[in-house]
Amino acid sequence: MTEALKPARLDVEGLSLSFGGLKAINDVSFSVEPGSITALIGPNGAGKTSMFNCISGFYKPQHGRVLLDGEDVTRVHPPERAKMGFARTFQNIALFRGMTVLDNIKLGRHAHMSTNLLQALAFFGPAAREEIALRAEVERDIIDFLEINHIRHMPVAALSYGLQKRVELARALAMRPRILLLDEPVAGMNREETEDMARFILDVKEEWGTTILMVEHDMGMVMDISDHVVVLNFGQVIARGLPRDVQEDPQVVAAYLGSGDPAALMKRLAAEADTAGAA
Amino acid sequence: MSDYLFFIEVSLAGLGSGALLSLTALAFVLIYKATRVINLAVGEILMMGGYLFFAFAASMNLSPWLAIPLAIAGGAAIGALVERGIIRRMLGENPISVFMVTVGLGSVLVGIVELVWGTDPRTLPDFMGSAPIFIGEAYVSRKIAISFVVAALVIAVFLALFRFWRGGVALRATATDQAAAYSCGINVPGVFSLAWTIGCGAAAGAGVLLGSIGGIAPTMGAFGLSALVVVIVGGLDSVAGALVAGLAIGLVEALAGTYLGGEYKLVSTFGILILMLMIRPYGLFGTKEIERL
Repeated sequence: MTEALKPARLDVEGLSLSFGGLKAINDVSFSVEPGSITALIGPNGAGKTSMFNCISGFYKPQHGRVLLDGEDVTRVHPPERAKMGFARTFQNIALFRGMTVLDNIKLGRHAHMSTNLLQALAFFGPAAREEIALRAEVERDIIDFLEINHIRHMPVAALSYGLQKRVELARALAMRPRILLLDEPVAGMNREETEDMARFILDVKEEWGTTILMVEHDMGMVMDISDHVVVLNFGQVIARGLPRDVQEDPQVVAAYLGSGDPAALMKRLAAEADTAGAA
Repeated sequence: MSDYLFFIEVSLAGLGSGALLSLTALAFVLIYKATRVINLAVGEILMMGGYLFFAFAASMNLSPWLAIPLAIAGGAAIGALVERGIIRRMLGENPISVFMVTVGLGSVLVGIVELVWGTDPRTLPDFMGSAPIFIGEAYVSRKIAISFVVAALVIAVFLALFRFWRGGVALRATATDQAAAYSCGINVPGVFSLAWTIGCGAAAGAGVLLGSIGGIAPTMGAFGLSALVVVIVGGLDSVAGALVAGLAIGLVEALAGTYLGGEYKLVSTFGILILMLMIRPYGLFGTKEIERL
């Protein structure tokens, strides 16, 4: 890094989001400590992605606040959030197809360019110098770091899934993040690709000191690399803590696997039949 | 005069009007690329450009060199207003609704022009001179030659801007993935405004050129339909496609109109359109949309 960036602290306070009558998130609060890896997990439909979209500014929650280092950013639009140090990746790869890997990564820096678009028209002067400096920095700190040197002039559409995910991470790193939001960074990857990605995420934390919040389904990976785990179910936090504590939490086990107790299952089904009958 | 020379002259005239088609097509492409809206009012904005030039240069007696930028700025202002006032509010609506709004906008613009200037065709004050130009022995109308050079330069500048300018790259990024562009710090609504402003400005400029060649009339917006054919043949989201298809269609129209008779002009244009839709519905250089299931 050319200069160390202060990792950010993220707090979510009493957040609620509903779509019509459907409560996607119901009064959720949690914190992400500076420089830590926090994982947001939960079964399908638990509200993880909705939560992610609230934190990155794509959705506006009806209640509650999102705080970056104590500053309320709930109503701030994504481009301004990018300037404040938010960077995110997407569950379905959202790269600029048709452009090269290098162009994709350089676009990550768009929010931080200090020269304006008119100055960028000139082939010399401050804007050109800024471009050259950016390119050198991207080559050194991101392309070498993520081991994508060999593909940097290739169009992204020609890359394998795992590499595309890595380019998306590279673009997020080019945004000089103080908090990095990763939406399912290893979804759909094979064992080897997953291990690579887990290693890169740990490296980002250790070498850049960036705060990381990720949504992930791969429990092995979550338990291996996170410092803190928050479990959502039906839009509410049902457990939080160290990975091993969360893993043994009976509520979490029940949410993921059912309770494992046949008597309890029968009871639950009977209760559900009752409510269905009453309705 | 030899047949050969005549053929060259017809072709040159065709390329000249083709360049104007390309310039108008550029307006379609810019707007479609950024906002995925097919703006059917491009032809009417082109007409407004012609009438604004007429108002500034003929009615107010301004110098043409002042009236041209004013007419372009007027077209750009209409584009900016329409984007901010109507199109942005309709984001996420059914594309057909947005398309219909642009059709309505076209009718409103025609109505305004008829109210203010009446329905009679008019000629624009001459600012290009009329001394013919000879390329070798072939004769080219001065106005068509100038229009060709101007249109070609403008398109070349746009191609370069898309490739090398950070704002152009931001527009391409927005065109590919709005959510990703938004989260990379690109001001997506700003890109929408910019595309509409520049696109409509380009259309107004094409209107000044077209009006100087053939005069202006409230019906000249029909030129936009030929430009729409160009855009579909070249690819809705491709600037290079607009250039190539514009020249090709201008050439075919001129040759068909001369050698087969005037009634074959539109038949050949729309024949190409139908053929293209059958073989490559996404156009020569357009992006093939892949639906993932």
